[in-house]
Amino acid sequence: MTTSTEAVGARRRPIARLLPGLRWLPIGVGAVIAVVPFLWMLGVSFRSENDLFAHPESLLPQAWTLHGYLGVWEQLPFLRLVLNTVVFAGVTTALTVLLDSLCAYALARIRFRGRTLCFYLVLATLMVPFQVTLIPVFIELFHLGWLNTYQGLIIPRATSAFGIFLLRQAFLSIPPDLDEAARIDGAGHFRIYRQVILPLSKPALATVALLNFMALWNDLLWPLIVTSTPEMRTLPAGLTLFGGTHVTDHAVLLAGATISLLPLAIAFFLAQRYFVAGVATTGLK
Amino acid sequence: MSAQTALRAREGAPLSRAREGAEPRRRRRRWQPAWLFMAPSLLILGVFVIYPILVSFWYSLHDWTIGAAVEPFVGLGNYIALFQDPQFYNALGNTVELTIVSVVLLIVLGLALAIGLLKDGPVTKIVRSTFFFPTVVSLTSIGLVWRFLLDPDIGLIGGISHALGLPALDWLQSTTLALPAVIFVDIWKNVGFVMIIFIGGLKAVPGERYEAGRLDGASEWQITRYITLPSIRPTLLFATLILTIQSLQLFDLVYVMTGGGPIFHTDTLVTELFREGFVNYRTGYASAISWVLFALIMLISALQLRIFRYDDVD
Repeated sequence: MTTSTEAVGARRRPIARLLPGLRWLPIGVGAVIAVVPFLWMLGVSFRSENDLFAHPESLLPQAWTLHGYLGVWEQLPFLRLVLNTVVFAGVTTALTVLLDSLCAYALARIRFRGRTLCFYLVLATLMVPFQVTLIPVFIELFHLGWLNTYQGLIIPRATSAFGIFLLRQAFLSIPPDLDEAARIDGAGHFRIYRQVILPLSKPALATVALLNFMALWNDLLWPLIVTSTPEMRTLPAGLTLFGGTHVTDHAVLLAGATISLLPLAIAFFLAQRYFVAGVATTGLK
Repeated sequence: MSAQTALRAREGAPLSRAREGAEPRRRRRRWQPAWLFMAPSLLILGVFVIYPILVSFWYSLHDWTIGAAVEPFVGLGNYIALFQDPQFYNALGNTVELTIVSVVLLIVLGLALAIGLLKDGPVTKIVRSTFFFPTVVSLTSIGLVWRFLLDPDIGLIGGISHALGLPALDWLQSTTLALPAVIFVDIWKNVGFVMIIFIGGLKAVPGERYEAGRLDGASEWQITRYITLPSIRPTLLFATLILTIQSLQLFDLVYVMTGGGPIFHTDTLVTELFREGFVNYRTGYASAISWVLFALIMLISALQLRIFRYDDVD
C-alpha cells in the first residue's frame, strides 16, 4: 500500500459502500456449511436405508419414515441411555453447584489460616489436564467397587475447581457490608450463604450449572471409562459403542443423535444469552 | 512394589484430614466453620484430582500392565521407551499438526467472522447463532453425523460429487485425507465459539480509537492491523491458549469419526493414551503419555504467553 492518504480516502468511499454487502457472500456460504449437516442429520433420521443408498445426493428424504425413531427403542437400550444421561448430568450438576458454592463462600467470605493456600491448591488442579488423573481414578474406582455404578460416575465429578474459581470471583464482587449487616442481625455463616450470597449470585450460579450440565451431557471419555455394561452407558458412550457394531442402520443412529442433542438445542434456543455469556467469559465448553 | 503403591494410597487421604484438624486448633481454640464449608469439595478434589495427579507420576515410573504378576520400578524407562516408539511419534505428530492447523485457521476464521458480524442486527444475530450452535452439541453427535456425511456411499458430500461427475472420495478411509477431514470438522465445530470470544473482545475496544484512526485517514486494513489487533491482544491470547489446550487433548471427535485410523493416521496423544491405558491396560506406559501431554501443554502455554507479551506495544 504505497498510495497517499488522500488517494486512500478518496478510494475508500465506493469500497466502503460495497464491502459491508460483499462480506455477506462468504458469511452466507459459511452459514450454509454450518447448518446443512444438521438438516441432513434430521433428514437421514427419517429415511430408509434404500432411499439413502439410492439418493445420497439428496438433502431430504424421498419418502419420510419413522423407522429410525422406532428402531432407537428396539435396537438400543435407549430409555436406559437417556435415564443414565439425565441422572449423570443432572445429579452431578446439582452437586457441583452446591459444593462449589459452599467452598467458594469459605474462600471468598471467611477469613481463616490457610485460605490462600487452599485457593492456590484449587487453582493448581486447573492447570493439570484431566487425562493425567484418568488412570489413577479408574484404579481407585476399581478398589472402591464403584466402577460401572452411578456413584462412580457422579462423585469424582461432583465438584469442579473451575466452578469454585468462578463462584469465588462472583462472591467477591458482592459488597461485604451486606453480610456485615446480616451478621449484626445474628445470622451465622450458613444463613448468610443461603440468604445473602446465593440470591445475589444467580447469574454466576446459572453459568456454572449450564456449563457443567452441557459438558457432562456431552462427555464421552469419562462415561466410556467408568461404565462397562450397556445398562450403565450414557447417550454419547452408548451411541458411539453401538454405532457400527450392533446397530448399522443410519437412520437409527442419527435418530439417537438427534434425540440426544435435543435438550441442549431447546435450552440453547430458549436461553441463548446465557450460553453465549457463559462461553464467552469463561472459554469453558 | 504393589505394596508400596497400596501404602501410598492409604497415606493420601489422612494427610488432608490431618491438616483440617490441625488448623482450627491454632486459631483461638475456636472451631473454624470454613473447613466445614470446604470439606466436601476439598475431599473430592483431594481423592479424585490431587492424589491421582501425584500417583499418576508414580505409575509412570513403573512397568505396570494390569493383570501382570510384577510391576517393577523402571525409573524413566517408560519415558525412554516412549521416545523410541514410532507409534508415539506418530500420535505426537498428528496431535501437533492438528493443533497448529486448527488453531491458526480457527483464529483467522473466527476473527473474520467476528469482524463481519460485529454490528448488532436481527439478521446478524440469527447468523451468529447459526455459527455458534455446533458449540452446544456433543462431539459424539457431530462426529457421527460427519462420519456418515463423508461416507462415499451414503454421504451427502459423496452424493453431490457423484452427481457432478466427480469421484466420491472415501475421506475417512484414506491415509492422506482422514486427518484433514478431522481437522475440518474440528474447525467447523469450534469456529462459532471463537467468533463469540472475539465479538466480546472487539466490543470492549473503545470507539475513540477507531475515530482517531479514521481522522488520520487510515484504510480499513490499516485500522484492522494497527488499531483492532493490538487492542484485542488479550482476547487473542486467551483464545489461542484455550484452543491449543483443547486441541492437544482431542479425543471424542477422533474416537467417533475414525477410531484413530486408518492405520493410526489420525491417532492423537489422548486416543493413544486411551488405547494403551484402557484397551491394552499398560498402566505405566499410558501414565507416561499423560505426563508428556501435561508437559507439552505447559510448554506451549508458556511459549504463547511469552510470544504475546513480547509484542507489547502499549
